[in-house]
Amino acid sequence: MTINPDLQGRSYPAAEVYDVGREKIREFARAVKATHPAHFDLGAAKALGHSDLVAPPTFAIIIAQRADAQLIEDPESGIDFSRVVHADQRFVHHRPIFAGDRLVAELHVDGVRAMGGGAMITTRSEIFALSGEASADGSRESVATATSSILVRGEGQ
Amino acid sequence: MSTASITPVFSELAVGQDLGSRSITVSRQDLVKYAGASGDFNPIHWNEAFATGVGLPGVIAHGMFTMGAAVQLVTDWAGDPAAVVDFQTRFTKPVLVTDTTGTEEPGAVIEVSGAIGALDADAGTVRVDLTVVFAGQKVLMKAQAVVRLA
Repeated sequence: MTINPDLQGRSYPAAEVYDVGREKIREFARAVKATHPAHFDLGAAKALGHSDLVAPPTFAIIIAQRADAQLIEDPESGIDFSRVVHADQRFVHHRPIFAGDRLVAELHVDGVRAMGGGAMITTRSEIFALSGEASADGSRESVATATSSILVRGEGQ
Repeated sequence: MSTASITPVFSELAVGQDLGSRSITVSRQDLVKYAGASGDFNPIHWNEAFATGVGLPGVIAHGMFTMGAAVQLVTDWAGDPAAVVDFQTRFTKPVLVTDTTGTEEPGAVIEVSGAIGALDADAGTVRVDLTVVFAGQKVLMKAQAVVRLA
């Protein structure tokens, strides 16, 4: 199956809200072997001037990969997930992610280029925090931009 | 692993300065933990038969596990995880994690070291370049974290 070149420029709007919980920050921090107390201890986070526990620098991958799943699972994309290799990743934090944040991600397909029998696909998740009980299209603050490239291996690659 | 208690002072830093190194041990259980924490359940990270079936030499670590674990050196040096404002890498080689379940042996050992790659006085930022090696080969390329100092 070939990758649909018309994916380039496609966007997927913000879907479900991701509620950032303290225990999720602690669990993710342990999983990447982080030991900084600002991930675990509210007093330590507040001593650094933060409102709540601080997420590790790669925490946004949880939200970004959920957004990417919309593309990978889109039957029009032609992507076979078992042939996907993560090629590169970048996080730009406009502000840190804290426990209590309610986040949504908008996915943009920035690049699709053929490589051998496969393709390199670059996606960008714009992650926003919703204020209060606002809905997904209400008032929101830009939190992070997560850019990733995946290589979809062609046959024999 | 220790936590830096003193925030680095911009004027005392120099390009090329060594920020130390650390070893990260990885077991199959660590990969299961990362899968659960991140939501990335691709079986190449926990099932030997599946991994070899798609042409890999065995179970490999999530690239995002390696990226996430490597940046702890930067976080601890900066003294505040919120100081990391930009972090990027390319994944160039897999980290093969052997099954050592039931023993004290690690399934893989990743070596991480960091040095100051660039200083931007106007922005008050420091670029830390990470070198991340497994089995004698660099597994991340252009692993760069930008830290904003208070």
